Amino acid sequence: MFSLESLTTLVQDWLNKTFPPAIALLFEFVIVGVLAIALFAALGLVLVIMERKVAAWIQIRLGPNRVGPKGMFQSAADTVKLIMKEGLTPDGADKFLFNLAPFIVMMVAMLVLAPIGFAKGFHIWDINIGVLYVSAISSVSVIGILMAGWSSNNKYSLLGAMRSGAQMVSYELSVGLSVLSIIVLTGSLNINDIVLSQQNGWWLFKAHIPAIISFVIFIIAVTAETNRAPFDLSEAESELTAGFHTEYSGMKFALFFLAEYINIFIVCAIGATLFLGGWMPFHIGNWESFNHVMDYIPTFLWFFGKTFFLIFLIMWFRWTFPRLRVDQLLNLEWKYLLPISMVNLIMMTLVAIKGWHF
Amino acid sequence: MFIVDYLKEVYGAVKSLLVGMNRTGYYFTHHKEIITQQYPDNREELNLPERFRGEVVMAHDENNEHACTGCSACELACPNGTIKIINKFDISPEGKKKKAIDTFVYHLELCTMCGLCVEACPTNAINMANTFEHSVFNRGLLTKRLNNPDSKLKAGVE
Repeated sequence: MFSLESLTTLVQDWLNKTFPPAIALLFEFVIVGVLAIALFAALGLVLVIMERKVAAWIQIRLGPNRVGPKGMFQSAADTVKLIMKEGLTPDGADKFLFNLAPFIVMMVAMLVLAPIGFAKGFHIWDINIGVLYVSAISSVSVIGILMAGWSSNNKYSLLGAMRSGAQMVSYELSVGLSVLSIIVLTGSLNINDIVLSQQNGWWLFKAHIPAIISFVIFIIAVTAETNRAPFDLSEAESELTAGFHTEYSGMKFALFFLAEYINIFIVCAIGATLFLGGWMPFHIGNWESFNHVMDYIPTFLWFFGKTFFLIFLIMWFRWTFPRLRVDQLLNLEWKYLLPISMVNLIMMTLVAIKGWHF
Repeated sequence: MFIVDYLKEVYGAVKSLLVGMNRTGYYFTHHKEIITQQYPDNREELNLPERFRGEVVMAHDENNEHACTGCSACELACPNGTIKIINKFDISPEGKKKKAIDTFVYHLELCTMCGLCVEACPTNAINMANTFEHSVFNRGLLTKRLNNPDSKLKAGVE
């Protein structure tokens, strides 16, 4: 069976045999960096065309269908266009911060990638506080957005950035609480341990109703945290032209655009890891033969399949629900999601202590 | 009770969201129902809806007769002066003067296809056609005369 783990050990052994350890480590850094950037570029291309196709099909349209077979190269053509465009910096803008902001947003997205397990034994950095690290780093991206909004010297940008700040700060809470409810069950913040604890079934099914409630809250809250519709108040087209990236053009705009999609991928990867077992194949309790058949599908396919399922769910939300108002947005968080997830956390703790889960 | 109302509210919200997702999910999985027309490719078998508003035309029957009495209701209804009606006076066999239409001038270049003239017409003389390929090289060609030359008012239309 093909596995990425053997590939990584092969590369590492070869590097360590041929070069001194310090140089081998340097080479590994370079390989990881190149792979991460390649993943970002591929994800950007795939997710943009996926979004446009999903949107079109949901709205009974055809979607892009001119470039390549069934329009599949549309996002490549868009990328070429964005590269050719001039990256304009407005006269009144704070030039340094204005040019720095897209890179901050992008760097945050890259950093969050580190602890995610893509396949069995295939992750960049296996740290014991993986989930904490992800939730800590992902809230840094609000700084990039605030920076972009403030330095643009534009009222729409500033309003969009401020809204985005309020939104992220409040929705972080329910993301954290719903993540906690799974941590209560696994007793570990290490992403690898969390995946291994779902050997005999995914937490979504093993931990009864509290897990389902926290899954729903997680999905709603991460949709808000990534500034996606129906919570896209920070760039609400009809009110704020394009929100915090109104003044950006060319490749700097593309970086914001890409970071949005990367963030969606990352939160969906976290959701898939916590609730749907990450790269763990679909196992049912002690059905040995069934589990064995499932093991034949490579683990990275399981991971990407689950992640893309969640991404599709979030896209489905976007093209179904109308946008909320600012007060409705904060009402939803503070009056509904937060109290419910607190009660849910208590229920989950009860389940974990009493051992009611499978 | 407060908590019951609260839970009812949450239940209602989740239910209505699921109804919405059910609808869009139905569209997503029923790809055959797509209504997009691949226009330049399917120019021959174009299937336009009946009430598509392309341009204003005046229907003439086989005797070259139309139903326009020249009442100017369409001219008054038009919001941007697209229609101009020039009347003449026919002498009837009894020697009475009778108002009739001479030229129905239609400025296609001004028309926004709102259809108010068609609604205003008391005798259903004009209606909206499905044709929409109006591009011409000379702007003068867009000023049209809708009534055919030598056409007459249909008998019985007042």
